[in-house]
Order: sequence, then structure tokens, then C-alpha cells
Amino acid sequence: MSAALQNLVNQPYKHGFVTNIESYVAPKGLNEETIRLISAKKDEPEWLLNFRLEAFQKWLTMTEPHWQNVKFPKIDYQAISYYAAPKPKNKLASMDEVDPELLRTFEKLGVPMHERAALAGVAVDVIFDSVSVATTYKEKLAEVGIIFCSISEAVHNHPELVRQYLGSVVPVGDNFFAALNSAVFTDGSFCYIPKGVKCPMDLSTYFRINTQDSGQFERTLIIAEEGASVSYLEGCTAPQFDTNQLHAAVVELVALDHADIKYSTVQNWYAGDENGIGGIYNFVTKRGLAKGVNSRISWTQVETGSAITWKYPSCILRGDNSIGEFYSVAVTNHHQQADTGTKMIHIGKNTRSTIISKGISAGKSNSSYRGLVRIAPTAENARNFSQCDSMLVGDQSGAHTFPYIQVRNNSAKVEHEASTSKIGEDQLFYLAQRGIDAEEAVSMIVNGFCKEVFQQLPMEFAVEATKLLSFKLENSVG
Amino acid sequence: MNINQNPIILNVDNLHASIQDTEILKGINLTVRSGEIHAIMGLNGSGKSTFAKVLAGHPDYHVTQGSIQYEQQDLLELSAEERAQAGVFLAFQYPIEIPGVANSQFLRLAYNTVQAKRGKEELDPLEFDDFVREKMKLLEMKPDFLDRSVNEGFSGGEKKRNEILQMALLEPKLGILDETDSGLDIDALKIVAKGVNHLHNTGNAIILITHYQRLLDHIVPDFVHVMEAGRIIKTGGKELALELETHGYDWIHNDQKRAAGAST
Repeated sequence: MSAALQNLVNQPYKHGFVTNIESYVAPKGLNEETIRLISAKKDEPEWLLNFRLEAFQKWLTMTEPHWQNVKFPKIDYQAISYYAAPKPKNKLASMDEVDPELLRTFEKLGVPMHERAALAGVAVDVIFDSVSVATTYKEKLAEVGIIFCSISEAVHNHPELVRQYLGSVVPVGDNFFAALNSAVFTDGSFCYIPKGVKCPMDLSTYFRINTQDSGQFERTLIIAEEGASVSYLEGCTAPQFDTNQLHAAVVELVALDHADIKYSTVQNWYAGDENGIGGIYNFVTKRGLAKGVNSRISWTQVETGSAITWKYPSCILRGDNSIGEFYSVAVTNHHQQADTGTKMIHIGKNTRSTIISKGISAGKSNSSYRGLVRIAPTAENARNFSQCDSMLVGDQSGAHTFPYIQVRNNSAKVEHEASTSKIGEDQLFYLAQRGIDAEEAVSMIVNGFCKEVFQQLPMEFAVEATKLLSFKLENSVG
Repeated sequence: MNINQNPIILNVDNLHASIQDTEILKGINLTVRSGEIHAIMGLNGSGKSTFAKVLAGHPDYHVTQGSIQYEQQDLLELSAEERAQAGVFLAFQYPIEIPGVANSQFLRLAYNTVQAKRGKEELDPLEFDDFVREKMKLLEMKPDFLDRSVNEGFSGGEKKRNEILQMALLEPKLGILDETDSGLDIDALKIVAKGVNHLHNTGNAIILITHYQRLLDHIVPDFVHVMEAGRIIKTGGKELALELETHGYDWIHNDQKRAAGAST
């Protein structure tokens, strides 16, 4: 593959996302006034303002965490502007105006034709009838009582649900970045699956053609009522660029009795250049509460972007027989740093959790797995299986594993396996000797390594993720 | 030793090769014609496996002197994958494991890549499945073998059979078998030998690298070369292997001394 294409994957996409009208941007800095302003601009009820203010008070008492295995310069929180009114995108009139390099990326990634226009920022109704597709989806969801909207809309239209669950899984003072998010979040997604409803489609399909700018402090809340199930996909394989360096999102999932939430992420934020200049700091708090009996929370993530990734999608297994799963692929290249993993908190009886983590480090990058398995005294017969594999590409990258295991109940069974391997000259030579070039060889080896995780992704994303990984590691071997 | 006037497939002239500035090969000369089987024998560290890797284009080895002509091309100009595509095949002494990659997927990618480069027809997964199962019968391999990860958890015998299966799929002009007999019990050895004999014809050639005579009972060479310290120090017919088996490698030195003594 050409170096140009690789650059593209790692670089900001500048065309089609240019803003020309900025309605309102708040002055830089964070204080109580800023928060009141955000709340007022969004016409929020008082309980939400109080939620924000409480978070802000907690945040003031907290310090930026530095225990993680990543390095970054001090962030000036007073230099950030915390509110900007939604910016209209400068839509392109047709696919002919799209940067041909971007089209080639879509081609390589295998992004479906009807989604390319939307992703490229073309006014979709000009070319494809995707808007009506989206409307059809929305109608289909509404028919079965599913609420799927922005969190701002939900605050106004379904305040009782938001009020009941917002902050119930990630409390306002949970950690420094979660507190910041709780104080200043501007938008995000809300999803409610009523009792007994199996969401009739992967919400990924809907989401991809409705990608919206949720800003740097994104807030997501998903609730699955008794017997409900949903598969939700966040992100996209196409490279994403943002002028905001700091991203601190919070995602909360609540699964009631017999409910099932599967949350998949493909993250390809701008990672900085080859020399480690620029790139997004992705400091995310994601947590799922398996509240009811026999409920299940399953996280799958493919993390390829961002200069720094700091996230631990976690499961609180409170309901008896509840299940928590974490499947992760984290790829770092150049100077990227990733400290990611999960927490499995077993509280209910017969709770089970599975952790499969695959870290791939290339270039001068560093990747750490950090995971906690806690078995509470109440968690009779809890089971955990963890497998953390690292693969090094080249000899300048690093991989680290930090497993924390706390068992307070003797009936628990906790297994942990870990391995570190290297894409060796020998593997590449073996495949070369069978006529297979380095690019295909790396792709094959890496995808073999990540197979257990990719199997968890919705089909079309598994295909794209496979290709995305090959991109990311392009030219890092040989 | 038979006299063969078939076309020359491989001509190695005064080949010197190093790894990290240590010279391993110190002037190898070898001519291989189509239809021939050559055995290269020698003690550990004599440079046999290095020679095999240099022929296959391993990037760790640097040719410092000499030349390799393969089918009227300068082999040293070609990358490892180009050599494979051009019909040079190395059966590895220690086949490499690729976890998570199904053997069938790997075999099909290798087959189709090589077919495409040779301007031949590629096979879709279903066609390939039929094709590879037919080839597997030759090596008495079980069908589940296609679904397992490449070489992962394979026994020594299974790994070696997998190598010969790849040879059967890729139909090389020049097959180099690097200690394919090591780690095989006698039954597996016979199966592998049967496979190799089946694949051998007047249009291709085989170089067998081995320590032991026993492989040569089953795959009969036209020439036996003895390597020592990076050179071929003696060449003979298949009987040379038997003499080595009987007398050991020291015998060559004594034999050479005797010869040297006789000539003065």
C-alpha cells in the first residue's frame, strides 16, 4: 500500500468538515458561571443544573490522575472553551467534490457505497436517499417503543428516565475526567429499550449514517429494560479528526433482569503524526451495570486511534447469574500510548466474566493492559477468565500487563492467562517463502491474533476493522 | 551417478554469505538440472541450513560474493516472495506457527497468490477445498487439519506433512527440503517420502538437506554432497551417503588425507 494512504489514515481529514458558521462559543475557562451558561443555553431543568454543579464541586477537589502508564504534558483546563452551539457542517454538493484520497480509503476499508457519502460529509439526499433510510429506521424503532435520540432531546422529552439513570452507574464524582464530563457535557446519545423488546437491528447501521458531532465531552446512556436486548456500535473506521485535543466521554449502560446490552466501539481518532505531535487524548469512562438477574453487559472495542487512550470499560455484575464480557484490541503505532483494560466487579451470585484483551504495539508506541477482577464476599460461585495477549511489532515498542485480582469469596474461580509474542522475521519469511508479501503477511498474522475479538463485532465492522489494522501497521515491519 | 543433459535449473557459483558479519558460506559451487535429486549432508554448523535459507532469500543473510542463477535469472535479484512465485520452495526445518489463522486460509492465500503471479487460474474457497483435500490424501492427512491454526499445536510429523502439502500445492521447480526427516517416526517418514517422490518429475529438481542416510533409503538421490565449514568438500553418488553412514564424517578427512598422500 502507498505511503500516501497510510498518511491519510493517520491524518486529519480536513475537507467536508469545515465549519463556516459558528453560532456561539463560550469564553474559555471553567467556573460555576460556565456551567450555568451551558445549562441555560440548553434550557435544562434545574435537577440537571444541580447535577452539573455537584459534579463541578467534586471536580474542584480532585486532581488529574497520573497513575496510568502514559505520559502527557499538563492540561490547562482554563484554556478550553466548554460550550459551542452546534456547528452546521459545510456540506459538499456531490461525491465529485470529495477528496479522492478519502474515497480510496473507503474503497480500501470496504465501507458500503450508500454510507460513503454521509461519512464524507456530502449532503446525502443529493446523491443517495440515505435520509429516508434513516427515517425508516427511526420509524421502525419507534414502532417497537425504542427511544433513540440525543441526550439533550431525552432530557426534554423523557426527563424521568434520564433523571433516574444519569449518574447511576458512573457517579458524578467517580473520577477526575468523569466529574469534568458530568459538569460540562453538551451532548451524546440516549437509548431506551422497553421491556421484552429485542432491538430489531444493530444500532450501528443507524448510527453510521447519522454521525453527529457530539463534542469533546460526550455523554451516552443506554437502558435495557427487563428482557430487552440491544447491540450498539459507536465510532467508525474512517479516520476522524477533531480540533479539541482532550476528549473525556462518559458512557453508562443499565441492564435490568434478563436484559442484554452489547456495546461495540471502533475508535480511530487522530493519533498525532509520526513524531508524536498532536493527536487526541481520549480519556473515557465507560461502565455497565448488570443490575438484574441473568443480565449481560458485553463490551467490544477496537482502539486504533488517539495519541493517548485511557479507558476501562467495566461491568458491575450485581444481578445474580449476570454476565460481563470485555473483548479488546488496542493497536498503537509511532508514539501512541494506550492504557486500557476493564474492571469486572462481581457482586451477585454465580456471576461470570470473560476478558479477552489483545494489544499490538508497533513503532515507538506503548500499550498497557490494566484490569481489575474483584469478587465481593456476596458473589458466591463467581467465575472469571482473563486472557491478555500482547504482540510486539519491531523492537522499539513496549507492552505491559497490570492485572489486579481481589477475591473475597472462597467459592470463586479466577483464571488469568497472559502472553507476549513478536511478529518475527521468521513468521514473515515463512509467509514470503509461500509467495505472500509483507503487507498481506502482517495483516494475516495480526488478524489471526485478534480473531477472538473480531468475532464479537458486527459482521461488516469486523471486515473493516480487519483492514483498518492492516493500515495502522503498514510499513511498521520489514 | 547418471549423466543428465536436462536443462540447468540452478547454478551456484562460488557463493559466500554472512550473517551479522560472520561468514557462514565460503564458496559453494553446485549445479542442479531438472529431474535431479541432490542430497546435501554434513554435521551441525556446516552451513547446510544457511545454504537453504540463502537460496530462499532469508533477509538476515547477506551474499558477499558469488552468484546464483535460477532458470536463467539472477536469483539474488529476487525477493523471497518473488523466488517463491518463480518456483523456489523451501520446506522448513522448523515450520512457523501462526496462531488464529486457519490452515485452509493460509494455504489458499499462498496458492492463489502464486497462481496469479504465474498467470494461472485462482480458486474460490469451495473449489480450493476440493483441490486441497485431494492433495491431502496423498499425505494421509485428516480433514480437520484445514480448520486448525497454521502449525499451532501440530506434532512434528504433522508440521512436516504440512510442508510437503504446501509443496504439492505450489508445484515448485526447485524444492529444497531442510531436514524434513528430523523429528519423524518411520511411518511418518515413509508418508513424507512417498509424497516427495510423487511430486518429483523430470521437470523439477529437489535438494534434500539431511544428517542421516535413512531419508535417502526412501528418496533416492542422484548426487550426494558433503558440506563442511561452508563448502562442499565432497560429491558422489548415492553410495557416498552409505559410506558416510558406515564410517562417519571423519572418514572423509582420512579419505582426503589418503588421497592427498597418494598424489605426492
